[in-house]
Amino acid sequence: MILADSSSSSSPLHFWGYFLDHRAEDLRWLWDHTYLSLIPVVIGLVIALPLGWLSRRYGWLYPPMVSISGLLYTIPSIALFVMVPPLLGLKSLDPLQVPIALTVYSVALLVRVVADGLASVPEDVAQAATAVGYKRLSLLFRVELPIAVPVIAAGLRVATVSNVSMVAIAGTIGQENLGRLFDQGKQLSTTGPYYPPIVLGIVLCVLLALTFDLLIVFGTRMLTPWRRAVVGR
Amino acid sequence: MIRFESITKTYPDGTVAVDSLDLEAPSGQITVLVGPSGCGKTTSLRMINRMIEPTSGRIWLDDRDTGRIPAAELRRGIGYVIQHAGLFPHRTIIDNVATVPYLLGWDKKKARTRAAELLEQVGLPAHFAKRYPAQLSGGQQQRVGVARALAADPPVMLMDEPFSAVDPVVRDQLQDEFLRLQSELGKTIVFVTHDIDEAIKLGDQVAVLRVGGRLAQLATPAELLNRPVDAFVAGFVGRDRGYRALAFSTAGRLSTREEPTVRLGAPVPAGTDDADGWLLVVNDADEPQGWLKLGESGADGEVVTDAMLHRGGTLAHQGGSLRAALDAALSSPSGRGVVVEEDGRLAGSLTASEVLALIENPLPQPEPQP
Repeated sequence: MILADSSSSSSPLHFWGYFLDHRAEDLRWLWDHTYLSLIPVVIGLVIALPLGWLSRRYGWLYPPMVSISGLLYTIPSIALFVMVPPLLGLKSLDPLQVPIALTVYSVALLVRVVADGLASVPEDVAQAATAVGYKRLSLLFRVELPIAVPVIAAGLRVATVSNVSMVAIAGTIGQENLGRLFDQGKQLSTTGPYYPPIVLGIVLCVLLALTFDLLIVFGTRMLTPWRRAVVGR
Repeated sequence: MIRFESITKTYPDGTVAVDSLDLEAPSGQITVLVGPSGCGKTTSLRMINRMIEPTSGRIWLDDRDTGRIPAAELRRGIGYVIQHAGLFPHRTIIDNVATVPYLLGWDKKKARTRAAELLEQVGLPAHFAKRYPAQLSGGQQQRVGVARALAADPPVMLMDEPFSAVDPVVRDQLQDEFLRLQSELGKTIVFVTHDIDEAIKLGDQVAVLRVGGRLAQLATPAELLNRPVDAFVAGFVGRDRGYRALAFSTAGRLSTREEPTVRLGAPVPAGTDDADGWLLVVNDADEPQGWLKLGESGADGEVVTDAMLHRGGTLAHQGGSLRAALDAALSSPSGRGVVVEEDGRLAGSLTASEVLALIENPLPQPEPQP
């Protein structure tokens, strides 16, 4: 960089210099942020699959399932982070604190997504699959879920991206991730506002979210060659 | 053979969909279930492969009680074709067709070879194999649906309104090909439709069901048209059933009159003594092409061209039905129905009143073919 003493400048544009000066720490936080965002979505999907399947199969389960998951989503994330350790008997700042809280949100979002995805399978296709002799489990994994991929993938994009922003909130209560940059920015703003770590945190969060989003879009394309065939008719 | 033994289906809300139905679908034949909506025809069909479980009664598949066969195993041995084909949108055509072989554990190569054979058999080009269902038209998808049902060569096929979602021209074509396939394969088929014309065209026997799931009449198509058991069946079979019944009366060898002709490309003959002025035009193979109205177009001595022809009339074949003969006479611009030999060459002509005379006093003829 051109600036010799970049970390002393408080201009928002000097986030890059700030990054270079604290590279090891920032990269570690980026990595923490990455898996803290991803793992809850993966676990959330695994839990949401059977719940979504149940609420699709037993129609009366769907309305309460959707209401409960909607309510869970209205709990502010900071409150949930703080509540998790006492409720589960963990110590404060336990490494499981963030994954557990975010898994709750991911499940809340994905149950509905899975149920709607399964509902997107045309009735005659499901009927034909039963009639040719698929048993229940193979019907789900060989026919229904592959057809539900586009709907479920759309839900995964939302869950992943919102997790990136919620992980950052956990950073402000002391968990190690990119959220710590916001905390640093606040602490360094002693005489006046000190922007570089805050802007750096925003930039890295956005880049991380964009990367996840692109990966999911790409993965969906790989899994659904049949949808492109329709467009190219 | 499929046999319904006092089958009843009552839904929890008390609706009776099927009411103590006794019915036998003989091996190697097409049994059509037909009736208005709410007559339980689809419910009856789906009870055969246990997509719906009967409330009481039993369904026998040859000497086996279907209720005692595990559902998935039973279904893999029964082909199933539905209205919109219900193809798997995420699989290629070839893999759609190979579905049941895969489920039965055939190796992939054998399953695909078999699927390719079937595509050919139902009249689809080989390059469709790698396409996805959404790239095919409705009629083509329906052919794939039939191929999928046939893949593991099941002795029994269930068909639920398979041709009713395609346009009339394609439907007619699919029906004809279906009959051709069946004449080669000889499956035991139960076919559901709401269309009485389709039932009469396809069925070896037709079961007419009335609302509430009761069997009104089980008969061959000809019997149904000639002797409906009651007002409901008569009404359902339709008003022009007398005319349609003629389709099942073979005319035998029609005695036709010789028809003066002119060849396509030959000069229009000068004043013919034929009073009505209609002259039949044939090609070099002696196959009828259409009618020429003398004095209407082209001066004497001009060459007969395609553009001059009236093509209104249908053709009746020697050995065909009385319905075809009457239709040829009624649709002919000259009033004389054109009859051709089996190979398409002109045999002669006859008028509607001559066909009517045949209907009133049938020629002595051998037993009609089954």
